[in-house]
Amino acid sequence: MNTIEVNNKAEIFSTEIRGEIDQWVAKYPADWKQSAVMAALRIVQDANGGWLTTELMNDVAAYLDMAPIAVYEVATFYSMYELKPVGKHKICICTNVSCMINNSERVVEHLEDRLGIKLGQTTEDGRFTLKEVECLGACGGAPMMQIGKQYYENLTPEIIDSILEGLE
Amino acid sequence: MVNEVCLRTLDLDRPWRLEQYQSRGGYEMLTRILKEKTPPDEIIEEVKKSGLRGRGGAGFPTGLKWSFIARNAPGQKYVVCNSDEGEPGTFKDRDILRYNPHQLVEGMIIAAYAIGATRGYNYIRGEFWEPYERFETALKEAREAGFLGENLLGSGFDFELHSHLGGGAYVCGEETALLESIEGKKGQPRFKPPFPAHFGLYGRPTIINNTESLASIPMILKEGGPWFADIGVKNSGGSKLFSISGNLNNPGVFEIPMGTPFSELLEMAGGVKGGRKLKAVIPGGSSAPVIPGEQMMDLTMDYDAIAEAGSMLGSGAVIVLDDTNCMVKVLERMSYFYHEESCGQCTPCREGTGWLYRVVSRIENGQGRQEDLDLLNDVAARIGGRTICALGDAAAGPVAGMLKHFRDEFQYHIDHKKCLVGAG
Ligand SMILES: Cc1cc2nc3c(=O)[nH]c(=O)nc-3n(C[C@H](O)[C@H](O)[C@H](O)COP(=O)(O)O)c2cc1C
Ligand code: SF4
Ligand code: FES
Repeated sequence: MNTIEVNNKAEIFSTEIRGEIDQWVAKYPADWKQSAVMAALRIVQDANGGWLTTELMNDVAAYLDMAPIAVYEVATFYSMYELKPVGKHKICICTNVSCMINNSERVVEHLEDRLGIKLGQTTEDGRFTLKEVECLGACGGAPMMQIGKQYYENLTPEIIDSILEGLE
Repeated sequence: MVNEVCLRTLDLDRPWRLEQYQSRGGYEMLTRILKEKTPPDEIIEEVKKSGLRGRGGAGFPTGLKWSFIARNAPGQKYVVCNSDEGEPGTFKDRDILRYNPHQLVEGMIIAAYAIGATRGYNYIRGEFWEPYERFETALKEAREAGFLGENLLGSGFDFELHSHLGGGAYVCGEETALLESIEGKKGQPRFKPPFPAHFGLYGRPTIINNTESLASIPMILKEGGPWFADIGVKNSGGSKLFSISGNLNNPGVFEIPMGTPFSELLEMAGGVKGGRKLKAVIPGGSSAPVIPGEQMMDLTMDYDAIAEAGSMLGSGAVIVLDDTNCMVKVLERMSYFYHEESCGQCTPCREGTGWLYRVVSRIENGQGRQEDLDLLNDVAARIGGRTICALGDAAAGPVAGMLKHFRDEFQYHIDHKKCLVGAG
């Protein structure tokens, strides 16, 4: 296994980030630091405006004594990691069956019109990204979307407008 | 007879807090077990008597699963809870995590005691931030009250429990993919055997159960296995959380006895929206074959009744479709999902799900050919049973049902290059 040699792990991330990652590392057996890789990627992604650079993934690898390739594999496998820049607010719209039959198409259209971008794109000012996602386990509130950590359910164009206006 | 097990504290103010849970007898069962040093076999026996079957979708008897663990073998064992909740249409575990997390914690501690595990993880899907925070608060409260940690209530039994957050991958709900994911790898299912009971998390004996299964345990032991079994019907013990969504006035999660007529559940959910006609029901998550509305109105919500009708109860995710829906479009969306979520390890699943999606999609878009109908059945049949995990079967499952019950809609799309439903 090719791991990256680092002399001083304290130089890799800020104290806060290291503290957060260490809390996750402590949850797993001592010889399974790698179990914290998903949490570590999430933490550094959040601190980097919502996406992961190769450098950050290499840092995570070094910090957790993993081969960089093993970290890339994880980062590319799970849909919540972003490998390209995203907007400040990533809007994830569910279009799976329960949302679809409750007119998630209208939610998508409304957001596309309002923001002037298509699904998968980011506004030029870097504020918003639109992303289509699979069922988020909130089908009782269809149609729904997630922005950041928050779920928004039973969406209508009016509700969407007021949500967007409430965002910084 | 609603909300008797997992949602029994729902009427309380802030039911997720420890003091509220304890006001309804929470942690009494665990306390009794630890004080009396109840023999683990007795616990497993009681769970067997309850008729509890896994609520994650496969319906495997929980007590039996626990009995596969060699309790006295040396070394670490694990209890893992599956809160990945990714099967489209399912949204019940989210409510357990949000409103009654302590009952899940208590259930997991009891499960650990029963199989001799001293560590556990709850795998919560990464998007579930609010439920994760509720669960974390519950862990903190339980730890402070002495229900987690070392030497629980002076019994000599240790148990530590943590959350693990997922990253957005449906396949991680499959139990061995989930274990890989906790180990910090991409979530690709393992070959079975060996089963997790022998070779599970970190290669150690592990039981893995759904959130609802584990949250049912404290009440089963408190009231007795037969009490739970009698709530339900033959082969389907207990009550069950049904996530009912779709074209409804009042969609939501309802905890009702197994064997309740579908018509009653539909009424609880406020009936079909706008007074429209019930066209079809997908009774157990998107991988369950569809059942025509009329037939569904005569069925009861239990494993046997739904299986006899050619479908499955699965995770209890009921998707209700009214007569404005085009079934070709519904199948297209489902096929897209399975194709997107296939982990790509097995050729029949990787290629087959892509093929299914492309064929349904071209029918939906007016480019279907007559041979496509047989082709769909053929491709589906070639995936089923030939893959490492059940995602392949899940992708194939809905196809035959759709073609059996709604063939005319597919035919119309092929003949007329447009939709039979509405103006489309
Ligand atoms: C593709 C796939 C996805 C699954 N997703 C879930 C899930 O989200 N939650 C769950 O509890 N079980 C899920 N399962 C079932 C699990 O593999 C496993 O059977 C279950 O967690 C066992 O718990 P139980 O016996 O208590 O149901 C899934 C299975 C497959 C094949
Ligand atoms: S059946 Fe599909 S999802 Fe399951 S292991 Fe094979 S390729 Fe992966
Ligand atoms: S289908 Fe949209 S949340 Fe489930």
